Amino acid sequence: MVPLSAYVAVSAILFMTGLLGVLIRRNFIIVLMSVEIMMNAANINLVAFSHYLESMSGQLVALFNIAIAAGEAAVGLAIIVVVFRGKISTNVDEINLLKW
Amino acid sequence: MMMSVFFAYFALMSIVAAALTVSLRHPVHCGLALLTLLLHVSGLFVLLNAEFLWAVQVIVYAGAILVLYLFVLMLLNLKTDERYFHSSYPYVIGPAAPGSLYVLYLLLQSPFEGAKGDAPASAILEGGDTYAVGIKMFSDYILQFEIVGIFLLGAIIGAIVLAKTPKAMEDAGGNR
Repeated sequence: MVPLSAYVAVSAILFMTGLLGVLIRRNFIIVLMSVEIMMNAANINLVAFSHYLESMSGQLVALFNIAIAAGEAAVGLAIIVVVFRGKISTNVDEINLLKW
Repeated sequence: MMMSVFFAYFALMSIVAAALTVSLRHPVHCGLALLTLLLHVSGLFVLLNAEFLWAVQVIVYAGAILVLYLFVLMLLNLKTDERYFHSSYPYVIGPAAPGSLYVLYLLLQSPFEGAKGDAPASAILEGGDTYAVGIKMFSDYILQFEIVGIFLLGAIIGAIVLAKTPKAMEDAGGNR
C-alpha cells in the first residue's frame, strides 16, 4: 500500500517544478504550461486526500479545477495571440507595457 | 506490491516529464513533454480509485487544453530564443533547491491524520466512481457546478472578444 505522504511528495515536487518554470522561462506559452503543471500537482493532492480520507469532495474540487484550467488556458492563449499580433514576440521580458 | 510498482512508474515519469517541460528548448517539445505528464498523472488518478477523473483528465486536459496549446504554438510559429531561460535563473534555483528539500522533509514528517468522510473505497466501487461523483455533484455541489458553468461562459466570451481581428473591429465601428 502506497502511503499518502508519497502522493503528497510527488505533488509537492511537481508544484515546485511548475513554479520554477514560471519563474525562469522567458517564453509566455511555456509559462502557461508551467501553470498547468502546478494545477496538476494540486489535483493529485486533492484526489489523494479524497482517497485516503474517504471523502468525495476532493474529487469534485479536482473536477472543477480542471474546468477552470480549461478557461484559463483559453483566455491566456487569447491574450498571447493579441500580444503576439502587436509585438511579434512572446518573450515575457519584452511585454512590459503595464510595468511602472 | 503491484500498486507500488505502478505508483513508482507513474510518479517518476510525471516528475521527469515535468522537468523536461520546464527545461526543453523547443516549445513543441515542451508541449509533448506536458502531454506525457498529463497522461501519467491520469495514471495516478486510476491508482487512487478516481476513474471518472482519469477520463476527464485524458479527454479535457490531453484532448482539449493541450491541443489548444499546440494549435497556438503552430499558429505563431515561434523562433527559438538563443537564451530561453531568464537571465537571473541561477539566483532563483539557488534558494529554491534547499527550500524545496526542506518543504519535502516537513511533508514526509506529517502523519496526515484527519476525520474520515462518508465515502470509503468499497462504497465507491459498489456503484462506480462516475455514479458517486454524479450523486455528489448534483446534490451538495450544485451551486459550484452552476458557478463553473457561468465561469466557462465568461471565459469563452472573453477569449472571443480578445482574439477578434482588429479589421473586424474597425468594420464594426464603421457600421455604427
